[in-house]
Amino acid sequence: MVTTPATGLEGKVAVVTGGSRGIGRAIALGLSARGAKVAICARNPEAAQKVVAEMEAAGAEGMAVAADISREAEAEGLIQAGIKRFGRLDILINNAGITKDGLLIRMKEEDWDMVLDVNLKGAFFTTRAALRPMLRAQSGRIVNISSVAGTMGIPGQANYSASKAGLIGFTKAVAKEVASRSITVNAVAPGFIETEMTAVLSEDRKKSYLGQIPMGRFGAAEEVAALVSFLVSEAASYITGQVITIDGGLRT
Amino acid sequence: MTDVMEIEERVKKIIVDQLGVNAAEVTPEASFVEDLGADSLDTVELVMALEEEFGIEIPDEEAEKIVTVKDAIAHIKAHPA
Ligand SMILES: NC(=O)c1ccc[n+]([C@@H]2O[C@H](COP(=O)([O-])OP(=O)(O)OC[C@H]3O[C@@H](n4cnc5c(N)ncnc54)[C@H](OP(=O)(O)O)[C@@H]3O)[C@@H](O)[C@H]2O)c1
Repeated sequence: MVTTPATGLEGKVAVVTGGSRGIGRAIALGLSARGAKVAICARNPEAAQKVVAEMEAAGAEGMAVAADISREAEAEGLIQAGIKRFGRLDILINNAGITKDGLLIRMKEEDWDMVLDVNLKGAFFTTRAALRPMLRAQSGRIVNISSVAGTMGIPGQANYSASKAGLIGFTKAVAKEVASRSITVNAVAPGFIETEMTAVLSEDRKKSYLGQIPMGRFGAAEEVAALVSFLVSEAASYITGQVITIDGGLRT
Repeated sequence: MTDVMEIEERVKKIIVDQLGVNAAEVTPEASFVEDLGADSLDTVELVMALEEEFGIEIPDEEAEKIVTVKDAIAHIKAHPA
């Protein structure tokens, strides 16, 4: 007898924002490998298309959409495009995020706005659009990629920390709104993960961060993807409104 | 005339299905929240179901005014697909 593991995603459709590189790419490939059809977006469509090519090479179906999620029409268009192509929507991963670091005393309004618009408002736009089909189906999984910046605060990242803390409040409120419809909404708060976002850190900053991580290393995007794959699976059906930290012991 | 009757029956059926109430409770004056036990999310889903059934789009400002069974029927009659 063939049994589908409780973490299998066969027949499911997922949308991953910012799936062209880093953590989003690993999440998209992880969901795809478990059987989901995955639509990803990025502002640069070529990089996203490459990730889709990887899925297709493994025999799965995927789709790349050029969308800036901080724009309402593009964020909603992404959700609609995924539904149009694959016929349903089961999973939304709000992963796209940016940093514009600097001490608050010197922070420009546009650096504040840009980070909040992408990291927080973008998730609002995509989630609002995704809830319709999920309510209709009376099931769904939403995972918001927050950060330990949102729970501990990181100096030089007041805008980013605010956006990531905002995502946590958003996660908890929406989780309560839709819990009765078997839709779960959770946040994942990674510590330091090796991606382009952290590649720009100075050696000194990296060393100082490493010193604070009990495991003595940065995480891999695939480790975050494994957690997300679990949270969107059937096995995680009773987990909602939670913030799951994945940081090598940094915050414990 | 049959059209009008048909709309009423279809609206009532959706209300019965969505809110899990008895058809007898779905009187014209019945309020979704006060009388039929709907919460705010139920009313959103009810409007979504009406939109689907009748192939129309009900803007949020209009949806907020649909409070009773009568309101729903009147809205559908006034906005044919
Ligand atoms: N790396 C870490 O240590 C770490 C730690 C905690 C949390 N996180 C969070 O994890 C998420 C992914 O981070 P990462 O390190 O993988 O970042 P990354 O390597 O910089 O990748 C970011 C992804 O988001 C896309 N993106 C950026 N702005 C977008 C927009 N406005 N609309 C649509 N897509 C957009 C990028 O593509 P385009 O540039 O082509 O748009 C790219 O695919 C972020 O939310 C980040 O805050 C990361």
